[in-house]
Amino acid sequence: MTDASRTTSTDERADAAANAVTSADRRFASPVTDGGLAVATAGPLGPSGVDRPAREASVPPASSGGRRRLVDRRWFVIVGGAIIPVALLLTWQLVSTSGLVPVSMLPSPEMVWLAAVDLAQRGLLGLYIAISTQRVFIGFAIGAVFGLVVGAIVGLSKLGDILLSPTLGAVRAVPSLAWIPLLILWFGIAEDSKIILIAIGAFFPVYTIVAAALRHVDRQLLEAGRAYGLRGIRLFTAVQLPAVVPSVISALRLALAQAWLFLVAAELIASSMGLGFLLLDSGQNGRIDRIFLAIILLAVLGKLTDALVGLFERWAVRKWA
Amino acid sequence: MAAASATAREASPIAHSAAAAPVSLRGIGRAFASQGGSRQVLRDIDLEIAAGEIVAILGPSGCGKSTLLRIAGGLDRPTQGEALIDGEPVKPYDARSAVGFQEPRLLPWRTLASNVALGLPKSTPRAAGREQVARLLDLVGLADFAGHRPREVSGGMAQRTSLARALARNPAVLLLDEPFGALDALTRLKMQDLLLDVHAAEPATILLVTHDVDEALQLADRVILLGHEAGADGAPPATQGAVVVQTVIVPGHRPRDRGSAELAELRGRLLDGLGIDRHGAARGIETGTTIPHYPY
Ligand SMILES: Nc1ncnc2c1ncn2[C@@H]1O[C@H](COP(=O)(O)OP(=O)(O)OP(=O)(O)O)[C@@H](O)[C@H]1O
Ligand SMILES: [Mg+2]
Repeated sequence: MTDASRTTSTDERADAAANAVTSADRRFASPVTDGGLAVATAGPLGPSGVDRPAREASVPPASSGGRRRLVDRRWFVIVGGAIIPVALLLTWQLVSTSGLVPVSMLPSPEMVWLAAVDLAQRGLLGLYIAISTQRVFIGFAIGAVFGLVVGAIVGLSKLGDILLSPTLGAVRAVPSLAWIPLLILWFGIAEDSKIILIAIGAFFPVYTIVAAALRHVDRQLLEAGRAYGLRGIRLFTAVQLPAVVPSVISALRLALAQAWLFLVAAELIASSMGLGFLLLDSGQNGRIDRIFLAIILLAVLGKLTDALVGLFERWAVRKWA
Repeated sequence: MAAASATAREASPIAHSAAAAPVSLRGIGRAFASQGGSRQVLRDIDLEIAAGEIVAILGPSGCGKSTLLRIAGGLDRPTQGEALIDGEPVKPYDARSAVGFQEPRLLPWRTLASNVALGLPKSTPRAAGREQVARLLDLVGLADFAGHRPREVSGGMAQRTSLARALARNPAVLLLDEPFGALDALTRLKMQDLLLDVHAAEPATILLVTHDVDEALQLADRVILLGHEAGADGAPPATQGAVVVQTVIVPGHRPRDRGSAELAELRGRLLDGLGIDRHGAARGIETGTTIPHYPY
């Protein structure tokens, strides 16, 4: 049933296209009435001028008909991505149960699971995940927004570039972990210092990439935009913003990874909650099962938050690019 | 003939019209900074173009045709002389003119329709604008591709879209840089006729750069040949910079008979004129023939 209806609609489309081409030709042909040209338009060459490119372009490469390659199929993308994690899990299970490696070095998957259940029952697992994720989100949001704004100023305005670039370049050159003692002295070991550190970590990739991308927007397109009367904010939304959307997305991806990195750094050094604290605490108490648990949670959370950026990417690309 | 003018009226897609304006180029020169000084590309270009006139600019590649057009549109500033539209100096990105660039320069993230819409004057009401865009796309034969992205269409289709965008502006001065360069012979003829139809319905002053002598003679009231003055006996030019080496006033009214003897004569003259600059190239070919013939 679906097949039948699809065929009909394709046929209709082809017909409509054919009609359009013919009528276009009729219209084009009419003003050309001089001598030899009339022959050319009326002859077999008639439609070629218009319908040749039409046939070339009517099938965009992305939807090349019914025969899709395996790597383009959704189920294969999901299954393919799961192959290595599943294989790793199996190997882990085999190695840890074979007794080749002592459990004090490599706990079994089951032990890690039990550690998770145990922490959950004490009400700590959810709390740690929540507090760490919250720190990452707030720090990332602050850092990314500042990065976008400052990156836009430096990338769009020559004056902004001259005034800000050297200073920001120098600040970026400070290894971000070097801020920690200062932040702790200034803001204590409460939330503020951690969030500021994470924001610093998220700021620089966004700032650097966005500024560079804006500086390198195609000059010819910018000139065309200006020639057609676009200025200021309209030029920005019509030309510059869409041109840098892909760069902004990669910048956000990188910044998010940085945010998780700085989260762990901050929590390792001074905190009483969170996944970094869990790592530190477990290391001191020799709880290797919890160390494994924390690492796995960081991997999963990092991937999940990255998927959120992926959703944003799809929305942004549909809207602008 | 009657049929042609009927099409012209039908082709009139624009409700409100900006009247054509005269263009004056006075003593225009343009030098570009280059390593070790500056290089004069244009000099002493004087050109008075009447409102509604069509002027074609011919000249060898690299002689400064695009540069001259950009100066007339306020995309570039002359280093000598001044450009005026309607007696007023050309402003940067002058709103009185619309440019059809040598490359299509379409925004890759927009559909053809919304690329054409970019050309609409800012004050155009939304609904009227949409109608106008549809009509222009139809005129350039791309009605079925309104929703396509530039990367999904051929080079010639992109160029036609770019032409539609320039026409959407309905400017007083239309500056077209090789607008039909990427088109096949037949589409090119159709687009030339389209341009004349639009011009008949909505006169604009048109400055048209082309490499095609026949196209120039078919479309223009006047053909300007840019080139370098040769020194005595084909010696290298005494001064740098391209000048107007020939001006041809094309007789008769459009549409012209492409086969007429009068045009053939002008065509010969212009081709000769283009040949002046090819002196060097001709000598190059002579030396080329002395390349030894390998016996394999
Ligand atoms: N922005 C620029 N900076 C330096 N030189 C330039 C610039 N724009 C153009 N030129 C030089 O000016 C000369 C003329 O360029 P232009 O693009 O006007 O040539 P053209 O006549 O349009 O050639 P074509 O027929 O190949 O399009 C060239 O030698 C080019 O190198
Ligand atoms: Mg050019």
